[in-house]
Amino acid sequence: MKKALAVGRKEFRQIVRDRRTLSVLLVVPILFLLLFGYALNWDVRHVRLAVDDQDHTTQSRDLVSAFVDSDYFDLVGAVRQDQIRGLMNRGDVRAVLVIPSGTGRRLLAGRTAPIQVLINGDDANTATTVMGYAQALLNGLSTEYRLARYPVTGRPPVTVEPRIWYNPELRSALFLVPGLIAYIAMLTAVISTALSVVREKELGTMEQVRMAPLGTLSYVTGKSLPYFLVSMISSLGIVVVAMWLFDLPMRGSWPLLVLAIALFLAGGLGLGLLVSTVSDSQQVAFQIAALVSFMPTLLLSGFIFPIASMPVWLQVTTYVVPARYFLVVLRGIVLKGVGLPIVWPDMLALVAFAGVVLGLAAVRLRREWA
Amino acid sequence: MPGRAAMRRTLYLMWKELLELRRDPRLLNIVVLAPVLQLLLLGYAATTDVRNVPVVVADADRSAASRRLIEQFNESPYFTVTHVVTTVDQITPYLERGTAWMALDIPAGYGEKLGAGQPQTVQVVADGSDSNSATVGLGYATSLVAAYAQRLIAARSPAAARAGLDPRIRIWFNPRLESRDFMVPGVLALLLVVVTAIMSSMAIVRERELGTLEQLNVTPLGRGELILGKLVPYAAIGLVDVVLVIAVALLWFQVPLRGSLVLLMALTLVYLLTALGLGLFVSTISDTQQQAMMTAMFFFLMPMIYLSGFVFPIENMPRVIQALTYLIPLRYYLVIVRGIFLKGVGLETLWPQAAALAVWGVGILVLAVARSSKRIA
Repeated sequence: MKKALAVGRKEFRQIVRDRRTLSVLLVVPILFLLLFGYALNWDVRHVRLAVDDQDHTTQSRDLVSAFVDSDYFDLVGAVRQDQIRGLMNRGDVRAVLVIPSGTGRRLLAGRTAPIQVLINGDDANTATTVMGYAQALLNGLSTEYRLARYPVTGRPPVTVEPRIWYNPELRSALFLVPGLIAYIAMLTAVISTALSVVREKELGTMEQVRMAPLGTLSYVTGKSLPYFLVSMISSLGIVVVAMWLFDLPMRGSWPLLVLAIALFLAGGLGLGLLVSTVSDSQQVAFQIAALVSFMPTLLLSGFIFPIASMPVWLQVTTYVVPARYFLVVLRGIVLKGVGLPIVWPDMLALVAFAGVVLGLAAVRLRREWA
Repeated sequence: MPGRAAMRRTLYLMWKELLELRRDPRLLNIVVLAPVLQLLLLGYAATTDVRNVPVVVADADRSAASRRLIEQFNESPYFTVTHVVTTVDQITPYLERGTAWMALDIPAGYGEKLGAGQPQTVQVVADGSDSNSATVGLGYATSLVAAYAQRLIAARSPAAARAGLDPRIRIWFNPRLESRDFMVPGVLALLLVVVTAIMSSMAIVRERELGTLEQLNVTPLGRGELILGKLVPYAAIGLVDVVLVIAVALLWFQVPLRGSLVLLMALTLVYLLTALGLGLFVSTISDTQQQAMMTAMFFFLMPMIYLSGFVFPIENMPRVIQALTYLIPLRYYLVIVRGIFLKGVGLETLWPQAAALAVWGVGILVLAVARSSKRIA
């Protein structure tokens, strides 16, 4: 234990002496939270809309103002049919509303009036949202016209009353914070641990360490403890800053949150050690670490991309990504205020992951040292 | 001929760098295989499409009419009804645990009142902790029920159903709304940074860390030759990666390439220069590989991923941050790749982005070379 502490002290001194690495680990995550908390969101507003009104009636003008008044669309201007392609190609407009001539007449006569909406689909997610807005607006207007003519039979028999739980204003910051913690923790824990061990190999100091009366266990503990502490502080820092600036509700229990972060970090450190045993240079270590930690956490955890939409084989793969469980636990504790009775399966998965990687890393390290 | 000697020295250094790469077969494998692997992963995983949303239904009515409504949800590709319970309070654990993302609440008496001609409201609850899926899912649910209501009206009174608007929505450039077609070209941009910028910066810093940079400094090798010799191998690897990634995108994912391949390659080369310049710049401000990695990762890669429009649309960001995104070279390159791939546009539309990218590339290279002179000398 004393030996482990000695190694830990040495590693810690090295981190502290390297001002940039320390500030990157401690300050930059919070900086990112600030930047991303304000910058990133899926809320699609101010969709640039052009209108091609071939009808010029009161009804067609009503249609246009319904779009403009909805505060989802910003009217760029009126266009002619032949200008549309250029505008869409350059990305000057995202949607075009085409009202064919005769629309007003048809509406007054109680006949179906086709309305065309063209949407730039290059960004599929935004396009889906815009499509939803347009559909809802046109459906609403349609019902108005129908009710004006058929007050009884035209009434829609079923309507939806939408409700949103846990994050009623649908603020993206609330949804991003747990993901950011996972992401930053993975980055610091896995990559820095791997690089710090491999550096000793590359510089040749590993030989010296091996000569010293030091067991694998105390070396590993000492090596990873400082990174564990630094990552822990920065993760908790993110939570506190998010509570303070983004009104992140902390609805669950703090000890459970700390435990979850600790388990996740332990898994990350284990993974970093494992990576260090299979690489001889920091370049290799970085690439492997990025491949096994950074990419899966970004892609396969459900942080940005919903798991349910992935192909089945990939959904199965996500079960070995610890961030997947960590996100469920974090969102559960922070946003939903649930406790162990609900999140225990995911906690257990985190324990299992940490156990397996730490065990594997220990076995490989011992073989390497023997 | 001093020129020829310089050329020979540069070639020697490149040879040495390539030998080093070859001697570390793992590194070479990773540099070539990792991008393809990552693209495959990304191509399948990076879909923001919301499909198969797990729904729990609280059916307090248990009538033929309520079952028909549930069927509407089940038949839609967007929803999968995973559980049916009888009261509203029973849905809470499903949403808390995350096994269902949405809940449909059908009140008691729904079928009877519907038959009697009284309009009914059903409640749809979405888990807002994933705000994007919640927005999209609620949108789907609302239009699904609206379409169902329309059919019910038509069954009762065809004349009333005909009155009103008929929205015909056309999606351009990506009619199936595949987010993969949008993401895969973007991945190309991201991978180039990971491979070329980070690897080349680490390669240079390694010499400093191991102390061999001093040795290189006392050889007759000039500064320009040193930089060239160090960067060209990584540029070559970057090019190989570009070809591999484009091949996988076209042949495996069948992303349509509507524009010119030549233009794509030419502009990719400009972008590659930018990435290398970035790598060199990072190397001039770092003393250890760990530092170089951290700097590249946190100060360049993270903002690039999040603020370039790769995943999160720039037009949704606040104005101040939108202005900030003009500093990110990936922003321009993304418009270029997506434009060439999906819209089939050429330089006549893309010239502002191409020009911005070129300015960025030249700027960062000049800055990096100027800085490196001070560092090495």
